[in-house]
Amino acid sequence: MMQPLLTFTERGIYCAQGDFYIDPWKPVARALITHGHADHARRGMESYLATQAAAPVMQHRLGPDERIETVKYGETINMGGVQVSYHPAGHVTGSAQIRVEYGGEVWVASGDYKTVDDGLSEPFEPVKCHAFITESTFGLPVFKWTNQDVLRAQINDWWAKNAAEGRVSILSAYALGKAQRLLRALDGEIGPILTHGAIEATNAVLRGQGIALPDTMLVTAETTAKTHPTALVLATPSGMASPWAKKFGAASTAFASGWMALRGVRRRRGADRGFIMSDHADWTGLNDAIAATGAERVFVTHGYTDVFARYLSEQGYDARVVETDYTGESLDAPAEEAS
Amino acid sequence: MKRFADLYTALDQTTKTTVKVDALTAYFHAAADADKLWCIALFTGRRPKRSVTTTLLRAWAAEQAGIPAWLFEECYPIVGDLAETIALVLPPNTQESDHSLSHWVTVVQGLRDQDEGARRDVILQAWDQLAPTERFLLNKLITGGFRIGVSAKLVTRALARATDQDEAALTHKLMGKWTPDDINFKSLVLADDPMADRSKPYPFYLAHGVEDVAALGDPADWMADWKWDGIRGQLILRDGLHYLWSRGEDLMTDRFPELAQLVDFVPDGTVIDGEVLAWQDGAPLSFNALQKRIGRKTVPKKLLAEAAVILKAYDLLEWQGEDIRARPHAVRRDLLSGLVAQLPETAPLKLSPSIGFDSWDALAGIRETARDHGTEGVMIKRADSPYLAGRKKGDWWKWKVDPLTIDAVLIYAQAGHGRRANLFTDYTFAVWNGNELTPFTKAYSGLTDAEFRQVTAWVKKNTLQKFGPVRSVPPEHVFEIAFEGIQASPRHKSGVALRFPRMLRWRQDKPVQEANTLDDLNALLETYG
Repeated sequence: MMQPLLTFTERGIYCAQGDFYIDPWKPVARALITHGHADHARRGMESYLATQAAAPVMQHRLGPDERIETVKYGETINMGGVQVSYHPAGHVTGSAQIRVEYGGEVWVASGDYKTVDDGLSEPFEPVKCHAFITESTFGLPVFKWTNQDVLRAQINDWWAKNAAEGRVSILSAYALGKAQRLLRALDGEIGPILTHGAIEATNAVLRGQGIALPDTMLVTAETTAKTHPTALVLATPSGMASPWAKKFGAASTAFASGWMALRGVRRRRGADRGFIMSDHADWTGLNDAIAATGAERVFVTHGYTDVFARYLSEQGYDARVVETDYTGESLDAPAEEAS
Repeated sequence: MKRFADLYTALDQTTKTTVKVDALTAYFHAAADADKLWCIALFTGRRPKRSVTTTLLRAWAAEQAGIPAWLFEECYPIVGDLAETIALVLPPNTQESDHSLSHWVTVVQGLRDQDEGARRDVILQAWDQLAPTERFLLNKLITGGFRIGVSAKLVTRALARATDQDEAALTHKLMGKWTPDDINFKSLVLADDPMADRSKPYPFYLAHGVEDVAALGDPADWMADWKWDGIRGQLILRDGLHYLWSRGEDLMTDRFPELAQLVDFVPDGTVIDGEVLAWQDGAPLSFNALQKRIGRKTVPKKLLAEAAVILKAYDLLEWQGEDIRARPHAVRRDLLSGLVAQLPETAPLKLSPSIGFDSWDALAGIRETARDHGTEGVMIKRADSPYLAGRKKGDWWKWKVDPLTIDAVLIYAQAGHGRRANLFTDYTFAVWNGNELTPFTKAYSGLTDAEFRQVTAWVKKNTLQKFGPVRSVPPEHVFEIAFEGIQASPRHKSGVALRFPRMLRWRQDKPVQEANTLDDLNALLETYG
């Protein structure tokens, strides 16, 4: 029997025919990268290939010495006879699903994705394939995302109410993706937007590649609740938990994450508010995306893998779980901030 | 239901006590009496009688959501709450309605008289006309347990403010076995006489833990007695009847029938605060013995003989029909000891004796012997203090003896429920038995959130095998397990059962070979079992 076009190895997803890896977690010669989050784009590869829009942030995170080549969305590259192309995954700016084709067989490795247009990332495009590699971070029917407009109103109402009461609002989000998506959603009329260093550094990179973001101000030693009583402070999850956040006094705190759909998780975080906002697909999104690929075979890489694969099998897919080192959306210590 | 849903949302969206009390106060000003009454009932642990089984609710929810039953069951432990799981999986409502809270309670209660088909119609119809939060609350009405971060204390404080009355007096009014079906808002909350209900208990006074006893000041101002390891109970003798209440306001009278004879010896108009203990030959039996009695509504003769209970009395709240809680503790104790001294030797009511001490060091020495007396430590009470309502700092302190500890190896981990749904927080621990590891206890608490996250990350990367929700992990991490007592237990592989085990600390400094052994555990059993 012929070897499958993509196999799951201890280094990552491997294409023997083209001799390349997709999002490997151990050093390899040739790494095709779906997006810049640290569990997908790791240090130590001899070469990287990513979309033009994903490359600047990757370079910022991996360091100036790493060699990153770029590709346009939809552009086809031949690698050892394998046709490779990148297609928008809707996860964060520059994120891609990687399509590989050989001898008429098509596989798609989707990395992380969401099907909702967040107004910032290139919107998700379904890609027809025979075999689809999917995440399942929120692969349970209890996860259904709040409508974007409602979400925007919830966040701005919360901020406006705090500002009216002279209280700073601290909102926690990932430095890459969620933070910028929130920036686009915030109503700058309410007050100034302050940012944590990790977020501002990513903002600078994205602005440098021509992505418009509202004005933000880096939090410094001089920035306090007194100087900016109506501010909204965008913090990373680790920043929010640190003494750094203390200087904003009796601030109202909130998390923006898909996990906020669960009351128990929301309560455990001890924040005042939890906004249900994720850069991953919800239950409906996952199922719709998979159906749209027309794939017969589905490989589930991370999240509620066992449950989701079982459900897909009952829906008639040839679905199985594959072990990887991807983590998806975590509320705690996101790997991305380690770099 | 929208007003109640708004209240719930306001309570859920803040961690600040003042904001919660403000929201409740506003509700008590605005809502109709019937709704207020149900709101109080729900937040103080009372609920309509269960009218639909949760099995049926789950089946209907899965069916409406268009998902297989097994998938619903996978979601439930991750969400950790049945009412919430149902609310989350259901499709959006297609109709609108705004009936009152008490309307929906009536609907839920009405289900009891209907057949299964009619019940199903009512529930599906309700789900389809309620917005997600209201739907969650309706499910809570049916499944029970309104634990949403609001204590009875906060509800009482807000209600006291809204009705302009004293909080402690109101706390007393809200005690006992009332339900909204047999009382109205006016007679429960606004009427002046809480004693109209003769079974009504006084609010319990609860102690805080203390470490630095020297900071309490002059020992001469204080009294002490043992801290018993039983069930806190308030015994009421009024109008020739007796009632026994637990701290959680469960009426336990029928569970401990041996206390009934006290009606013959103790004068009417007496209320005693004390500890229910399984008692034999002048000493308490282990909590295990008492545990066998707790769940039973009727007690077989054999068990009555094996684990007979007494009330170990430590305070007197009502004497000769008069509420004496405002009198000094020392005076109440004198009256109590006089009362107990009148009783026959065989009466199941004993005095928890005062412990004499003239310095804090002396009391510390006595505390060290607590385990020899079958107790958990000592209670320290200010001699001139009144009997207050609830957990008030200052007059009552519990000074527990240090727990027993053992160093154990983590061998299994399981994800938590609810608040801890995406963390591995439930662990099984083992001790060495030769070259083998013998599991001997589970523990769920004692680590910080950060430590739980760290262990969770490690478990995910180091899972050896999955058995359903349980994962076996390599024996690499040692934890110091603290516990209050140890008993022989033939049901357990290790031969022992621990009382209140929890993790004291993660011994990252300790190699796994240096964890304790089964022999160490047996030595503890020998000494303290």
